[in-house]
Amino acid sequence: MINLELPQKLQNTRQMTHQLAESVFRPISRKYDRIEHCDTPEELHPVGQMAAGMRGGDGKKSGGDEVKNGANLQGIVSVEEMCWGDVGLMLSIPGQGLGNAAVQAVGTPEQKEKFGSLYCAMAITEPEAGSDSAAVQTTARLDGDEWVLNGEKIYCTAGQRCDAVVIWATLDKSQGKAAIKSFIVPRDNPGMKLVRVEDKMGLRVSDTAAFSLIECRIPYDHILGSPEIAQTEEERKKAFGGVMQTFDNTRPQVAAMALGVARAALEMTREILEKEGVAADFSKSLYNSSALEAEIYRMEADLDAARLMTWKAAWMADNGQANSKEASMCKAKAGRTGNAITLKCVELCGEAGYSEEQLLEKLARDSKIIDIFEGTQQIQQLIVARQQLGLSSSELK
Amino acid sequence: MDQDTPFDLSLTEEQRITRESMQRYARDVLREQARDADEAGALPSDFLGRAAELGLTLLPIPEAAGGAGMERSPLANMLNIEDLAWGDFSLALAMVTPRAFVNAVLDFGTEEQQRRFLEPLAREEFVPATVALMEGTATFEPSQLRTRARKTGDGYQIEGEKRLVPLGASAEQMLVVAHLEGEGPAAFVVEQGSAGLSAEEQSYMGLRAMETATVRLDGVTVPEDHRLPHFNLQRLVDLARIGTCALAVGSCQGVLDYVTPWVKDRKAFGEPIAYRQSVAFMVANINIELEAMRLLTWRAASRAEQGLDFHREAYLARVCCAEKAMEIGTNGVQLMGGHGFIRDNPVELWYRNLRSVGLLEGTAVV
Repeated sequence: MINLELPQKLQNTRQMTHQLAESVFRPISRKYDRIEHCDTPEELHPVGQMAAGMRGGDGKKSGGDEVKNGANLQGIVSVEEMCWGDVGLMLSIPGQGLGNAAVQAVGTPEQKEKFGSLYCAMAITEPEAGSDSAAVQTTARLDGDEWVLNGEKIYCTAGQRCDAVVIWATLDKSQGKAAIKSFIVPRDNPGMKLVRVEDKMGLRVSDTAAFSLIECRIPYDHILGSPEIAQTEEERKKAFGGVMQTFDNTRPQVAAMALGVARAALEMTREILEKEGVAADFSKSLYNSSALEAEIYRMEADLDAARLMTWKAAWMADNGQANSKEASMCKAKAGRTGNAITLKCVELCGEAGYSEEQLLEKLARDSKIIDIFEGTQQIQQLIVARQQLGLSSSELK
Repeated sequence: MDQDTPFDLSLTEEQRITRESMQRYARDVLREQARDADEAGALPSDFLGRAAELGLTLLPIPEAAGGAGMERSPLANMLNIEDLAWGDFSLALAMVTPRAFVNAVLDFGTEEQQRRFLEPLAREEFVPATVALMEGTATFEPSQLRTRARKTGDGYQIEGEKRLVPLGASAEQMLVVAHLEGEGPAAFVVEQGSAGLSAEEQSYMGLRAMETATVRLDGVTVPEDHRLPHFNLQRLVDLARIGTCALAVGSCQGVLDYVTPWVKDRKAFGEPIAYRQSVAFMVANINIELEAMRLLTWRAASRAEQGLDFHREAYLARVCCAEKAMEIGTNGVQLMGGHGFIRDNPVELWYRNLRSVGLLEGTAVV
């Protein structure tokens, strides 16, 4: 039955997470933006322990007949609230790396047991392979009962602070996508060297690491998924598709980050403007409202639309429906909306918006990366277009 | 509604079956007749008579007034409109216009008024009825109406002009919204043939298939009991905005479904134009913004259905749909290039119809 409101259980989740964001994240948001490079902020250790206790959600039905509001939707709701507090801090919560999502998605029971409690980052991007993740040049070869990795990885979120990194590498460059596998490399492996931690425009507290892997040896059972290279076209599609499927679950999560950041900016803007007598109370039609009010209405419409799209993609995942297109649609909509809203809010609030006395300028710096990582705006549009048009990646490049 | 009701986008069995039959009607009847009707500037003869077989007007009328007494459901109404508008925007609007009148009388009238005003509509054949809200000012604001009503000894006298009234000339009954002196917005049922009531058909850029009229009220008098006592202007406007948004969603889905195979078939520079990102991304964005329009509209309708406040949600749906529907309309033509500009193709018709989404008020009340 059509209902686009959250059930009480998820409203409680939202409220609890909001309290955390408000009491823990928001007060230290500016502080860590200035510090930028540091170990895991001490304030986040208790949050990490709490999150570890809650990980995965229960995925249980929350009422109704067959419809589940499970772990995916619950995750979305929490992520938006935490990012309302601070997106960089959320990404710095120990134990909540993207690598963890990969282990959960494709790991064997033994791997989940062994690495599940670690803080796992994910390293896909290389100096010569960004959006084109099939072009990774890092190699893996089997030597006895060990894998040996060689290559360079950049833009690895939480790479500095994590316990292990999930590294994408190819078993055979000549075999393309099908030969790309992921490997778990403990952070203290002597073959994996931290080269640097990037200085960034925004999202500063979240560490972004570069690694070099030189004859980096890991045990055989550290490969995620099958070590076989698919030989038929069908198998190849399936193998790489399996890896890419992780994104169907993570893209709505990243969309939710944009929702949180944008909502924070919009609320601050409303507050500042209300003090100056701008009400934006939906009492007049769009064009009979002031220009300021009209901007607020447009932003609220875009933000709410992006949120509903994100909820839909998560709801589909919770109910076992293929959601690749919806995941990309929500990421595209939320990514660009989040960026546009935060930038517009700075402008609407004038000097106050631009000043470091407020958080608006920081939100406008943080939001940009959300329209880039986990698939840029353009990559999402490619995916949506290919799905809608029924075209392959060799037809629609 | 139960507070444990999950977030859910699945249809009930009844909704699913109804959607299928509406979609079939849209495809087989509306889409087939849309172009000729637009060119003729008139509905096909007996179009509405045959459309009445769908029961859009009859179903929600209470049994006491001779109808089927189906439960009042803004959500079901919204879905009907979305599905029909896929076939044609203006034919769909014509079909659901009497129901807008029915819904307003159900929401704002007494039981006695419901029986009296709806009974004449509870027939197998189509009986035109409508809501007249819009006026001809560029700065039109529903809460600041120029049409005035004043209390007389035993009723009300109405003076003013309503514009872009669907079925405004043929309507047997019309709900006229006017500013009642000393009180504020009020709604009166005005019957065809009332002294001082006149209507003239007016042509527009789009919506040409249906009758759209300028209605003049020169001192029209109605008895006391023709005023709907529970009238709530905001509710009327918001329910109509949901309806307008649903028209936009259905019509834009039509655009997407039409251009998708076209850009794959059309070749330029030796390959389908769909292989080019500038074309493909336009299609992707139609997809994305259509999803935005639809979900905002569904949310507003779902809140109305549940009895929750839905003013903000209807407002935001309208803001989104007004902008994005036109963007989709213009990009539909753009994707087809010169072909899109030729009246053999429907996209120019959809373009002209979709321009109305940003300005329509008070029609298609769900």
